[in-house]
Amino acid sequence: MECVFGLVGDGFALIAADSSAVNSILVHKSNEDKIMVLDSHKLLGASGEAGDRAQFTEYIQKNVHLYQFRNGIPLTTAAAANFTRGELATALRKFCFGQSPYFVNILLAGYDKEVGPSLYYIDYIATLHKLDKGAFGYGSYFSLSMMDRHYRNGMSLEQAIDLVDKCIIEIRSRLVVAPPNFVIKIVDQNGAREYAWRESIPSV
Amino acid sequence: MKLDASGLQTFAPHRADPDNLYPDLSAPPSFDLPGCPDFDGFQKKAIQMVKPAKGTTTLAFIFNEGVIVAADSRASMGGYISSQTVKKIIEINPYMIGTMAGGAADCQFWHRNLGIKCRLHELANKRRISVTGASKLLANILYSYRGMGLSVGTMIAGWDETGPALYYVDSEGGRLKGKRFSVGSGSPYAYGVLDSGYRSDLSIEEAAELARRAIYHATFRDGASGGVASVYHVGPNGWKKLSGDDVGELHYKYYPVVPAIVEHEMADAPPA
Repeated sequence: MECVFGLVGDGFALIAADSSAVNSILVHKSNEDKIMVLDSHKLLGASGEAGDRAQFTEYIQKNVHLYQFRNGIPLTTAAAANFTRGELATALRKFCFGQSPYFVNILLAGYDKEVGPSLYYIDYIATLHKLDKGAFGYGSYFSLSMMDRHYRNGMSLEQAIDLVDKCIIEIRSRLVVAPPNFVIKIVDQNGAREYAWRESIPSV
Repeated sequence: MKLDASGLQTFAPHRADPDNLYPDLSAPPSFDLPGCPDFDGFQKKAIQMVKPAKGTTTLAFIFNEGVIVAADSRASMGGYISSQTVKKIIEINPYMIGTMAGGAADCQFWHRNLGIKCRLHELANKRRISVTGASKLLANILYSYRGMGLSVGTMIAGWDETGPALYYVDSEGGRLKGKRFSVGSGSPYAYGVLDSGYRSDLSIEEAAELARRAIYHATFRDGASGGVASVYHVGPNGWKKLSGDDVGELHYKYYPVVPAIVEHEMADAPPA
């Protein structure tokens, strides 16, 4: 089941996420990209209900773009994180008929010139934390301890990817409902981009 | 407790209490709520009782020659088969078709609604809507009604300026782009056949046969699927129905009756 995790390294931050779209016992798709490139230097990894995830992340993305169009400067990562948290918190207390809060957990990674790379943890009840490493979903039980043990401040990209691979291997070998495929994206001074896929079955 | 249903009234106002005519002409028309401790639960169960076409098998896949879409034709209400001749493949426009799984009325209504929106887009923009756009229109509508009891599991398949396209859309608000999908209670069976036989370089005939077989095998194992297996193809010039075969006849075609071998011929006992 869902696994999203991320960490901050030396001059970059990265997010890894599983890529399965599941409906009860059925895997509809194993190459669903759950990490959105929010703008040129931000990544938004999301887990949660399929509809809410797509709608909410796109809503955030369009509003972050709107801010940039209006003001000519992009939001900082911290500002985007606080904005996202605010929208989530507003939706959380809005109980109109038929409406329900967004059920999405978010990892927001970004790179700013002034502060460097950063990672924010936002869960569906609108908790906001700034972290060096974070995880959501069933995979978090394995990836969190793995990162607690092996994470060091200022890891190089090579070391960080090594750690991500360790986490993925642990998830695949210990989690009953382990997803087969993962996507890794990074953000550094050169921008946000896809880094690699880790696929153990051909994607459908 | 009375539920005000004046908004639903179309003609001849119905008075709340027939024994006591005109005690107060200004009283809004109303009806009694069922006397049960859990009204919400009652309502949910009542809705489920009248929701047909729950069990279904539909599938669609993209290959080099376009998109193949196939479905069975059975509608059931619990254990009762209410129809064997349902059109589960809905023609949205000459280049786009949708499949129906879940609530029959919900699917039919929202596909018709989507057809209207697609035509309006065509008139306003002088070009056909993309499958991406059409599927997103539907997904956004379904998402706006989430948690209100809609039951829709559909695939939107078509050919647009970008070539063949296929999306899965459901009433939970999910929308997935992909090459191969199956929806409905028979979908796990259909996937089994489809995944093992799929190649992107299938010919149209081979692809249609694969789809037909997948539907047939799903109807064989899934009691809520049956009737006829319809197969459509969408190519650059729009969709075309390729076949509609009764799955009972397909069964005898795929597995002809072989004369049973008689193991022991009865013989008269030899005279003592």
